[in-house]
Amino acid sequence: MLTHANGRRGAPLARRVAPLVAAAAVLAAFPYVGGRFYVDLVLTTMILAVFALSLELIVGETGLVSFGHAAFFGIAAYATTLLSPGATPPSLVWLLPAALAITALAALVIGALSLRTRGVYFIMVTLAFAQMAYYVFHDTRLAGGSDGIYLSVKPVLALGSITLLDLGDAHTLYYATLATLAGVYVLLALIHRSRFGHALNGIRANERRMRAAGFSTYPYKLAAFVLAGTLAGIAGFLHAVKDGFVNPEILAWHQSGTVLLMLILGGVGSLRGAVAGAFLFVMLKELFQSEAIFGGFARHWQLPLGLTIIACVALMPKGVAALSSQLRRAQAPLPDAP
Amino acid sequence: MDLAVFLVQCLNAVQYGLLLFLVASGLTLIFGILGVINLAHGSFYMIGAYLAYALAPWTAAHLGGGFFTAMAIGLTLSVVFGYLLEWGFVSYLYRREHLQQVLMTYGLILVFEELRSILAGDDVHGVAMPAWLAGSIPLGGVMTYPIYRLFMSGVCVAVALGLYAVIARTRLGMAIRAGASNREMVQALGVDVRLLYRVVFAAGVALAVLAGMLAAPVSSVYPGMGNQVLIISFVVVVIGGIGSIRGALLASLLVAFVDTFGNVLVPQAAGVLVYVLMAMILLWRPEGLFRTG
Amino acid sequence: MIHRRNTLAAALVAGALCLAAAGAHAQSKIKVGLMLPYTGTYAALGTAIENGFRLYVQEQGGKLGGREIEYFRVDDESDPSKAVDNMNKLVKRDNVDVVVGTVHSGVAMAMAKVARDTNTLLVVPNAGAGAVTGAMCAPNIFRSSFSNWQPGYAMGKVAGEKGAKKVVTITWKYAAGDESVEGFREGLKSAGGEVVKELTLPFPNVEFQALLTEIAAAKPDAVYAFFAGGGAVKFVKDYAAAGLNKTIPLYGPGFLTDGTLEAQGAAAQGMLTTLHYADGLDVPKDKAFRAEYLKAYKTAPDVYAVQGYDAAQMLGAGLAAVKGDIAKRPELIAAMEKEKIDSPRGAFTLSKAHNPIQDIYLRKVVGTENRFEGVAVKALADPARGCKM
Repeated sequence: MLTHANGRRGAPLARRVAPLVAAAAVLAAFPYVGGRFYVDLVLTTMILAVFALSLELIVGETGLVSFGHAAFFGIAAYATTLLSPGATPPSLVWLLPAALAITALAALVIGALSLRTRGVYFIMVTLAFAQMAYYVFHDTRLAGGSDGIYLSVKPVLALGSITLLDLGDAHTLYYATLATLAGVYVLLALIHRSRFGHALNGIRANERRMRAAGFSTYPYKLAAFVLAGTLAGIAGFLHAVKDGFVNPEILAWHQSGTVLLMLILGGVGSLRGAVAGAFLFVMLKELFQSEAIFGGFARHWQLPLGLTIIACVALMPKGVAALSSQLRRAQAPLPDAP
Repeated sequence: MDLAVFLVQCLNAVQYGLLLFLVASGLTLIFGILGVINLAHGSFYMIGAYLAYALAPWTAAHLGGGFFTAMAIGLTLSVVFGYLLEWGFVSYLYRREHLQQVLMTYGLILVFEELRSILAGDDVHGVAMPAWLAGSIPLGGVMTYPIYRLFMSGVCVAVALGLYAVIARTRLGMAIRAGASNREMVQALGVDVRLLYRVVFAAGVALAVLAGMLAAPVSSVYPGMGNQVLIISFVVVVIGGIGSIRGALLASLLVAFVDTFGNVLVPQAAGVLVYVLMAMILLWRPEGLFRTG
Repeated sequence: MIHRRNTLAAALVAGALCLAAAGAHAQSKIKVGLMLPYTGTYAALGTAIENGFRLYVQEQGGKLGGREIEYFRVDDESDPSKAVDNMNKLVKRDNVDVVVGTVHSGVAMAMAKVARDTNTLLVVPNAGAGAVTGAMCAPNIFRSSFSNWQPGYAMGKVAGEKGAKKVVTITWKYAAGDESVEGFREGLKSAGGEVVKELTLPFPNVEFQALLTEIAAAKPDAVYAFFAGGGAVKFVKDYAAAGLNKTIPLYGPGFLTDGTLEAQGAAAQGMLTTLHYADGLDVPKDKAFRAEYLKAYKTAPDVYAVQGYDAAQMLGAGLAAVKGDIAKRPELIAAMEKEKIDSPRGAFTLSKAHNPIQDIYLRKVVGTENRFEGVAVKALADPARGCKM
């Protein structure tokens, strides 16, 4: 069963928040100590973390495993690119809401249909919709086909003639992404504690009982699905702005798989697990692809990565986020209080 | 489209559908009975094709050649391999959530794919077919139909009938049928569940390997070939209803017909058609065409 | 929990520092970044390109323009969604002077974008996307291979001259296929023929039987197919198995039969394709190149190895002109533009958009060779549509 590491014990708020603040501080300080590439890498990873967090809302919180989450990431990225005018910088004020509205609409339609199924069938229906979206961008000339499409001018936030926020600037984009990551994290933490969150948890734990108690679960699941899709859209928006290039491959099924992978590596059912999973996955890949460490064998990086994934899941079924509690339990075998 | 062309297209669809069935039947067995989502199933297909490629020169040198000798050796190896893999890996997945199964078998794909690269390289290789199957029969006008394709269909039909006979008529089949719907009941029947699982998994692997070996002479072997069949077989399994051999057969044919006629009649949308089909069927019947359990 | 979080942060920083330190290097070497596919479908092509590149550098004593070469490799996984990050590895982490890559068109598009944004010197050793030397053309972007349009146009011309009036084309539904078919259509039109039907199937499907039946029913004068790798092997074999090769000639760009003949076997015999390279070329440079390559790698070179070799030649010409001072960018680029590259494929020059102006050969499959049959189009230049250079 999925367990919630987050807020499981009644630890004082300060003790729970302190490590998060520390992590945010490390991320905030990183551009001043890390090299250009590593700042970029952390930026990419933070975007992936937002993406993983959005998936956590439906997988961990609601117990719905979607295998098509990359669709929303990709739809938002494409919407951002297609809506941007060619020469002048678009304004963040309308571009982001417009891209997210399109993504939310897609999530509403896909969610409304997919949620008629459950379990493995739900996994496969979400995959089917994501594949449809993939082929729409890949096979039609709507947006550059399989070669992809460029976003040449980055969006800005301006007040009159004063530019408040220029996402074309790497530094600004980094901190905007960090702020987004923190914002999404806090939002999801608040949802977890809200009535809505309790309802979602109830659905995850035992949907039949909720329904028997006269509780209509469908609207809650749909709301969670749309919200998760929209949050994934924020990640997609950031991705398009960061790369300035969007390609159908960002909607491919292995992207949906990769983000699930991050979630599981970190620990399903925990927000910090989603973030940690994104960082862990990126670091593992960087490690195994490094010629400096593995020499010529680095070209076979998939082999150690595959073995590590298997070992991680075998030894840490609840992800790195639950590792310390798992160790503690191993030392003093006590029954785990739900 | 005149009638003759239409009929040939139907033949194409049936033939493609039967091959899909061969891969998907193993997947649906493993999925339905063991309850394991096995993403590495496409790798078994790939392993089968590479076995056909690797065994051909070896059997030619040591056993006087023969396509069927190679196939028999390949199938034996695959059963042993499947048995060992269940014992050493898959059996640890039964108690895990679906998500973890997905992840661990995904890890397995990476391992198999990289081992393939290290052992067999990254080039495309052809596999010879037996000479007496290499011909083709005329099929009205310009087109001729390769005998090997008909042979493949024949093998697939034989396998389908064999599976049907085993499942409908034997004690093993009874256990399998019971296992697909109710695991406790199998235990109550006095069946050694661990052995049953091991056998079913080995059979599933053997079916995928057989499909790969059979397809190798027409498809040749190349990197990433397993991934292509993986997704489409999952589509077939889900449309048919997890665990249902009958469903897998019907769904394979359905998918093949949609794919074949989609490519011909609406090429602009050919990519999405199979997925539209799956979505529509699941919205109509949320647990596939033939639900079990 | 605090402890764990800190450990994670520490690991992050430590990992970053460790990799950064590993990227350190001697100052005097020219740093060449190779961004090529080392895993997946195109892995063999990536290896051939790297081998070709290294061979030329070795022939020059390990030096270009008097400076030693240091390599940095990145596996691009043929995945465009990671292409910008992968390119940044070379540009921002390893601080390379020049990037060489890649095979996949979508990845090359992303690389061109980063190269433009960061003003990095880029030599594309394969990907034929028209935009790389079209809409995306830039002074710092070069290509040592071809544009998808080039072999297609040449084949169209040959098909028309051979009397094909009505031709059916078949390809995967993706950009490279579209561009190749477009080139073919133009070439065919110039020789009085016409494309009557365009068949496509979703990438990377290899179930061709339905479309072969369509071809048989349409009874065209010829078929033009664009596929590569495993798809090319299967298509050519299926085409022959359906008996179509006896009545309807199958044409294609060279990729249909390059590096795949061992697998295609009898099915490909006698096929005509067009490409900027062929077996049995009467080019002295080619004979020397083949002997050297065989000696170095114990395997025969292919067109991809040639493209890698020529990428190194182009870079070498530029570096020689500035005596290894890669900071003199305008002089370096001017030299690369002017140079007549003494390629194993035969000498070629570069167009204004930095794509080779080259002879496209007509080749015929004999055994496991794509035998030189003649020159299909002499000194063919890509139209470079959308290039404002």
